[in-house]
Amino acid sequence: MTEEKKTIKKDPESPLIILPDPKELIVSTSPHLHNGGSVKKIMYIVILALLPSCAAGVYFFGIDALRVLLLCTIFCVALEVIWCKCAGKKQTWSDGSAIITGLLLGMNLSAGVPWWLCLVGAMLAIILGKQLFGGLGYNPFNPALVARVGLLIGFPKLMTTWVVPKKFSYMMNPDAGFVNTDQLEKLKSVGESIIPFNANIEGLTCATPLSIAKGADSFQHITSPEAIQNYFWGNVGGCIGETSVAFLLLGAVILLAFKLIRWQVPLAYIGTVAIITFILNKVDPSLTPGPIFHIVAGGLVIGAFFMATDMVTSPMTKKGAFIFGIGCGIITTAIRIWGSYPEGVSFSILFMNALTPLIDRYSGGKPFGYIKKKKN
Amino acid sequence: MSLLTEFMKGLWRENPVLVLLLGMCPTLAVTSNAMNGLGMGLATLCVLLGSNIVISIIRNIVPKKIRIPCYIVVIATFVTVVEMLMKAYAPPALNTALGIFIPLIVVNCIVLGRAEAFASKSSISSSIADGLGMGIGFTLALVALGGAREFLSAGSLFEYKIITSWTTKFMLPSQSPGAFIILGLFLAGMNWINMRKAAKQNKVYTPPQGFDCKHCNICSFKDDE
Repeated sequence: MTEEKKTIKKDPESPLIILPDPKELIVSTSPHLHNGGSVKKIMYIVILALLPSCAAGVYFFGIDALRVLLLCTIFCVALEVIWCKCAGKKQTWSDGSAIITGLLLGMNLSAGVPWWLCLVGAMLAIILGKQLFGGLGYNPFNPALVARVGLLIGFPKLMTTWVVPKKFSYMMNPDAGFVNTDQLEKLKSVGESIIPFNANIEGLTCATPLSIAKGADSFQHITSPEAIQNYFWGNVGGCIGETSVAFLLLGAVILLAFKLIRWQVPLAYIGTVAIITFILNKVDPSLTPGPIFHIVAGGLVIGAFFMATDMVTSPMTKKGAFIFGIGCGIITTAIRIWGSYPEGVSFSILFMNALTPLIDRYSGGKPFGYIKKKKN
Repeated sequence: MSLLTEFMKGLWRENPVLVLLLGMCPTLAVTSNAMNGLGMGLATLCVLLGSNIVISIIRNIVPKKIRIPCYIVVIATFVTVVEMLMKAYAPPALNTALGIFIPLIVVNCIVLGRAEAFASKSSISSSIADGLGMGIGFTLALVALGGAREFLSAGSLFEYKIITSWTTKFMLPSQSPGAFIILGLFLAGMNWINMRKAAKQNKVYTPPQGFDCKHCNICSFKDDE
């Protein structure tokens, strides 16, 4: 192409056509319009969007939560640096993706986990989940979720022991099942003042609403308006980052405002969970609590907005995003109600991540001007 | 090929687990620790050796059309012997851990594959070398896998604690997801070593010829006249 232009320009018989110097022309594939965004920019906006719920986690679970978040982030970044050095690749930690993975991993852990659990989780996330597949953009699964599920299978006891949140007085009802009788005595003696800085002291633990719902026959206590309100603000046992629905939604607004996530995925995901649990609750109220409980309790909101929408591992088309969200919703509800684990968000997203190439393949749009061949 | 090369090929170049990818079911299922891997490997080694010898002896009198049933009967005989011996003499814990996978050696692709691909066409002595090599290669791969899984999950090897301060068991490597992950890492490592070796000699590594679907003629009757 450039050769041709050169010959035209040098041709003395066509002086009227003045072509630009071919060296100044950039030949590239589409798209040709660029909004100036970069991986780095996107990643730092996502980190900004994650910070409110991290702050809420630190507020409710104390300094220990900050320790877990920092450790996970530092380990993830350090492992990324070490891996890139060992593999002889360009250093990629500064693009921020390792920071996000670390933050998300920390947000998926209980505030009381030991430091080495963070290290194992960071290894699973960065090395197994991301770098072994070739780094950012090549990973089929969300690295933070790979780590979370790996840890959940690997250390089931540590990963399901939850720190008591700061304002636990609504949990003190012995019938509700948040704490057993021993814990209740301890909590009474400790009082609310001590909690913020001693989250893990004296082995104070509590159950999550979903794990109570798993074995319960009536859901009266865990679905009371007071309890639901506490779940919404994040004052409930659980992972550091998953509990505070209010602040997660704030982050989600940031993501949506910058158009970093497809609204189809969270809508389809949360919508599917809500519809299925609504129907099941109406058919048999003793089977499962209603949709509001399922949305605010557990990790559905962080999963739907921050993990299922991961650009690398979710479908590219709008139709695909709907299918992805609906699939996640069905699997999550099935695991929550009939599965052996109380929570199914991470499993469902990983499962649908595996199906993403297939969804992409069959949900692709019609090329412009394409006419379908008639079948004989 | 000399007997030594027949023997050696099973250890690395044509390792049944890590290169031929045969016998995945026992490989993934029983290697939760090094001891189980060793037990399973030795049991398979015995069956493989016995069946290779017998099939090599009867290779000229077995009609082509019913060769597979004949091989199965021979293999099943050896499996029954091994199973009874293990029930009598093996440690009870090992026996319980291996469970159904000992009888299932009958349908182990390594045993049937070597019978069909090698013993039915080769002399007794080279069949013995092949059976021993393949069996030991299988055992080594299983012990390595089991050892890696055991070490990563509890910091021990053959139930001997190497890292004594490792108290909380990491269940992921010793369970089935870990089996797949660590087998994948082993395969990647194997290819990496072979590629490096080839690169040092300024060559490009290609897997040994004939290890695709074409080399297996279990379900083909084309040479049947």
